[in-house]
Amino acid sequence: MRNIALATAMAVSLSLVACGGGGGDDADGGRAQRTLLQNKGSDTLVNVAQAWAEAYREVDPSVAVAVTGGGSGTGISALINGTVDLANTSRSMKDKEIEKARQNGIEPVEHIVGYDALAVYVHKDNPIESITFAQLAAIYGEGGTTKTWDQLGITVPGAKDGKIVRVSRQNNSGTYAYFKKAVLRKDGEYKLGSLDMHGSKDVVDLVMKTPGAIGYSGLAYATHEVKLVPVARDDGAPAVMPTVATAIDRSYPIARPLFMYTRGQPEGAVATYLDWILSNDGQTIILDKGYAPVRAPVRDDLR
Amino acid sequence: MSTVIDSGDADRLDAAWWIDRIVKVLVFAGGISAIVFILGIFAFVTKEGFGFVLKDMDVVEFFTSPNWRPTSDTKPTHGILALLAGTASITGFAMLISVPFSLGAAIYIGEFATGKTRETLKVLVEMLAAIPSVVWGFIGLSIMNPLIIDLFDVPVGLCMLNAGLILGLMAAPIMTTIAEDALKAVPDGYREAAEAMGATRWQVIWKVVIPAAKNGLVAAVLLGVGRGFGETMAVLMASGHSINMPEGVFDPVRALTATIAAELGETVAGDTHYQALFTLGILLFAVTFVINLTADLVVRGIRKK
Repeated sequence: MRNIALATAMAVSLSLVACGGGGGDDADGGRAQRTLLQNKGSDTLVNVAQAWAEAYREVDPSVAVAVTGGGSGTGISALINGTVDLANTSRSMKDKEIEKARQNGIEPVEHIVGYDALAVYVHKDNPIESITFAQLAAIYGEGGTTKTWDQLGITVPGAKDGKIVRVSRQNNSGTYAYFKKAVLRKDGEYKLGSLDMHGSKDVVDLVMKTPGAIGYSGLAYATHEVKLVPVARDDGAPAVMPTVATAIDRSYPIARPLFMYTRGQPEGAVATYLDWILSNDGQTIILDKGYAPVRAPVRDDLR
Repeated sequence: MSTVIDSGDADRLDAAWWIDRIVKVLVFAGGISAIVFILGIFAFVTKEGFGFVLKDMDVVEFFTSPNWRPTSDTKPTHGILALLAGTASITGFAMLISVPFSLGAAIYIGEFATGKTRETLKVLVEMLAAIPSVVWGFIGLSIMNPLIIDLFDVPVGLCMLNAGLILGLMAAPIMTTIAEDALKAVPDGYREAAEAMGATRWQVIWKVVIPAAKNGLVAAVLLGVGRGFGETMAVLMASGHSINMPEGVFDPVRALTATIAAELGETVAGDTHYQALFTLGILLFAVTFVINLTADLVVRGIRKK
């Protein structure tokens, strides 16, 4: 009995040593070939980017992707300085920024990796049924005259004097810039005096608690406590409810592209990673996070 | 005589002598580090912001226009009048609330309360000072906001009143503590003399103690103002963060500090917006420096007497 036990113990420890050695060799080999991709930027995209990086570990263990947020501007300046491989942004790079990158010998290349529907939120007691771009511009835009809900022909319970409380974003967020471009048009400016929140979720939270409020934020932040307003591009056009489906088929008018920028045409590990992001697997992940994919991934529960 | 000391010194080149030397250097470094840091911070903030002051700043627009639109594609404007008005109105309102409260509390703790009551109150006031500002901001955002909407029937509760109340509560503990120290510094002989002349308790406090502690009380208020000027997080969350020339206490406003906190994160280092925010930093630094210096000089005033 005793001998058998001893023999087993020896065998086990021997095999352990063998395994350990073998494992060690593999790990060393892996480390030598391991590629680290730096990925930084938009806070809108940071959750998705992290989910991608995590899932990609299973797909190709030899590539590690380090994801950091900080905002579109942060990602772009890191790309200009050449410290990231991929910059996530929720807006296009400005000409000035592209110029700066070229001066550093970097040619930024834009890739659309998904879409985000910018939903218009109001308090859940607000009876509004739809809103047009022109009405939004009159509420948010410089020179716009809409100050009360009565002017839109509705009465909001709990809103003092029917006053519209405008909720907006801080002036360097990608969401702020996109809403301005899409709704207030090219030379439009926001009317000052809006409540400028410092995050997509903060906008929804404030609208939830304020009867007279209106705000815009990513569709991914919708809850049951706030109301989403269908948006029409023109007076005659149909008002479209923001959903992932209407963002995918582009019928919802304020869906914005989400970008990843690379330094020059992607090569090697960066190219494989981007291809995977745009593949069925990668696009299923962005859909799960509440954003619209570039192409509808093949999945049964989509509509 | 001198030779004896010299040889003695030479003999003392042992561990104790070296420790003495090293400690002397360390203490000196510690002593001047505060000065080094403050000069370093000032130099850094100035370096980052000065490009804007020299190149892009329109002084008249900067101080007289309420239009803060640094990210505009067509015509960026950098007017800080609305931000200055926001900071000043919030701080002013906060002082309106906290000065009577904290002076009252200081007089009660310093002159009337005794024994256990006094100790408990002192501990509670100090605990109030230890509440992190983000917690205060959270209270403003999620408790005071719906409360103000309900009580005053206004469209939104994130406003000057909300931020001012929160800031008043935040500034009160530090003001109470310093004011109480000032009252305690008044020699008991003053009180005894007044009482011996037949003065009542109130007459003693009003006519003798407060005039004697005047400088310390002014310093306490000034430090409270400095605290209000520099507070960021709570104000960002409770004020509504809205560029607005305030016309009443229910108007949402925006503070200088909150603007820096909200916008600096996403600017490209070195561009005009980034430098403009650092210029706001220079301004804040200068204002708080002047306030604290004044408070310090006022306190020195009492010591000399």
